Amino acid sequence: MTSFSARLLTCGNRRLWTGLAVGALVFLVLVPVLNLAVPVDSALHLPNYMVTLLGKYLCYALLALAMDLVWGYCGVLSLGHGAFFALGGYAIGMYMMRAIGSRGVYGNADLPDFMVFLNWQELPWYWFGFSQPWFALLMVVVIPGALAFVFGWLAFRSRITGVYLSIITQAMTYALMLAFFRNEMGFGGNNGLTDFKDIFGFDLALPSTKMGLYLASAVVLGLAFLLARFIVTSKLGRVMMAVRDAESRVRFLGYSPTAIKLFVFTLSAMLAGVAGALYVPQVGIINPSEFSPANSIEIAIWVAVGGRGTLIGAILGAFAVNGAKTWLTGAAPELWLFLLGALFIIVTLGMPKGLIGLWAQSKARLFRRSAVTEEKEARHA
Amino acid sequence: MLDDAMPTIDMPAGPGVLAAGSILYLDGVTVSFDGFRALNSLSLVLAPGELRTIVGPNGAGKTTMMDVITGKTRPDKGDVLFDQNIDLTRLDESAIATLGIGRKFQKPTVFEHLSVFENLELALKTNRSTLATLFFRLSGQQAEQIAATLQRVGLADKARQQAGSLSHGQKQWLEIGMLLMQDQRLLLLDEPVAGMTDAETEATAELILDLARDKTRSLVVVEHDMEFVRALGAKVTVLHEGSVLAEGSLDAVQANPKVVEVYLGR
Repeated sequence: MTSFSARLLTCGNRRLWTGLAVGALVFLVLVPVLNLAVPVDSALHLPNYMVTLLGKYLCYALLALAMDLVWGYCGVLSLGHGAFFALGGYAIGMYMMRAIGSRGVYGNADLPDFMVFLNWQELPWYWFGFSQPWFALLMVVVIPGALAFVFGWLAFRSRITGVYLSIITQAMTYALMLAFFRNEMGFGGNNGLTDFKDIFGFDLALPSTKMGLYLASAVVLGLAFLLARFIVTSKLGRVMMAVRDAESRVRFLGYSPTAIKLFVFTLSAMLAGVAGALYVPQVGIINPSEFSPANSIEIAIWVAVGGRGTLIGAILGAFAVNGAKTWLTGAAPELWLFLLGALFIIVTLGMPKGLIGLWAQSKARLFRRSAVTEEKEARHA
Repeated sequence: MLDDAMPTIDMPAGPGVLAAGSILYLDGVTVSFDGFRALNSLSLVLAPGELRTIVGPNGAGKTTMMDVITGKTRPDKGDVLFDQNIDLTRLDESAIATLGIGRKFQKPTVFEHLSVFENLELALKTNRSTLATLFFRLSGQQAEQIAATLQRVGLADKARQQAGSLSHGQKQWLEIGMLLMQDQRLLLLDEPVAGMTDAETEATAELILDLARDKTRSLVVVEHDMEFVRALGAKVTVLHEGSVLAEGSLDAVQANPKVVEVYLGR
C-alpha cells in the first residue's frame, strides 16, 4: 500500500495541508488548552459545556461531509442520512446500555432497565454481542452500511433518481422512526437508550472523558476529510461528478452508474454511522426522534449553505447553521424554523454555491475592481 | 452498389448465416411506443471497416435504431447481433459500450464541469470497476494517447479548458475524441455536424474520412445535411417509417423514385 500512501500525500496541495494543520491546531491544541490550562475565572477559559457543544458540531460536520460526498459530488440527494446517523448512534448506545450492567435502577445485570420494566425475561438475540466494544464498533459501520447497500441496490438498479430517490429515502427514515418508537422492537421505544454510565471503561460524567470524546471526534473528522479528499481527487471522483452531471452519458462510456452510486452511498452511510456513534456518548441519549424526516432535510441544508461539491464547504455549513441554531434557539426559539426555511430559499435562489461560492465570488469581484482601478489610474497618469 | 448483398427478411435462412462476416446485423427489428411503430421490421447489415451514412425524414426511426443498438431501448421483435453472434438485445448500455460500440449523441453531451483532458481520461479504455477507477493512475503512455487524440480532433490547445466552455462544434469533436479513446470497433454518430459552421462541417467530414481510412473500425453516420453525406461518399441507407426504403450510392438513392417521393422531393 505504499503507492496508496504516496497518492494520499499527493492528492492534496500545500493549501490543503496548511488548512488541515490550522484545523488541527485550533481543535486539537487551542480548544484543550483554553479548557484545561486557562484558569476557570479567566475570560479566555472555555467552559466544559462548550467543549461538548463543539464535539457535537464536529459530529454534524462529519455527517455533512458524508452527505456532500453522495449529494454534492455524486448527485444523489439522500434525505435519509439522519437514519444512518441514528443507527450508528443506536449501535454504540446498545453497547453503553450493556456496559451499565447491574448499576441500573432495577439492578439487573443481564437486562437493560427498559426491558425489566417491560417484564422481559431474556435479552433479545439481536442484543447479543453488544457487550463487546469491538462488536459494537463494527456494527456502527456495518448496520448503516448494510442498510444503505440493500436500499441503494434496489433503488439505483431500478434507476430511481432525483426527487423520487429523495422521497423514498424520507420514507425509509420515517418508517424506521415509527418502528423504533414501538416498545416491542426492543430499543427502548419512545425513550430510546439513555442513563449511560461509561464507555470503554471511562466514566462519562468526567470532564476528561468528554474531552476524549471531543478529541476523537476532531481526529475522525480529519481522517474522514482525507479519505473524502482522496476519493474526490481520484478518477472515481471525476466519474462521480460525471454521473451527477450526465448519468446516461456515463453509461455509454461503459461505467456502471449503479455500482458507483452504490459505492458512494454505502460509504457515506458508514461515515454517517460513525458520526452518530461519536455523537451519542457526548449527548448521553439516543431516541427515535433522531430518525425524524426533518433531521435528514436539515443535513441537506447544512451542505447547501456551506457549498455542495466542496468538502470544506460541507464542514463550514454544518458549523455555521448549527452555531446559528444554538444561538437563536436560545435567543428567539420561535424564530428558528422560519429562519431555517428562509435560509434554504436564500441559498437555493441567491447563492447556489453556498458560503464557499460567496467567498470565491467576492474575491473575484475584489480582484476585478482592483484591476479596473489600476487601469483607470494608469490611464490618468 | 444497390445489388450488394442485401438480406431481406423473406430469405429462408437463420440469422447465423446472414450475420456471417458482419460487424452489425439487424433483422426484422420492431419497436413500438404506445402503438406507434418507431421501427418496423428494420433490417441492416454492416461490414467490418465500413462507413455507412443513414438518412431519412424526421421520425424515420434513425435515433430509435441507435437506441436499440446501444441498449437504451429493447426491441419488441427482431435480431440485433454484433460481431456475428453477440446478441445485443440482452445487454445493457454499459455492457454494450464495453463490448466496443460507441455512440455520439445528437445533442453533444460532454461532461461540462470537467476539463477537455479529463473528459478524454474518463473515456480512456481501462478497467471500469469502481475500485480500479478509485486507484487508477494515468501512465505516461496513456497521457500520450490522450495527447494524440486531442491532436486528431483538433483540440490540442484546449486540453485544460472546461468542456462546458467549448463551442458547439468543438463539443462534437470532443465527443468523437471520447469515442476514439474508448477504442471502439463500431462508432455511431448521430448528426455529427448539426449546428456546425461550413468550415467546421468540412473539418468534421475530413475527420470522419480519416477515421474510416484504415478500416479498423466501422462507422454509422446519421445526417440530414446532404452536402456532408456527399462529402463522405459512402453507401447510403434511406430510412422511412421505421424500415429501409433504399440503399446504395447517394446518386442512386437520389434517383430512386420512392425516395424522391417520401423525402428528397419535398
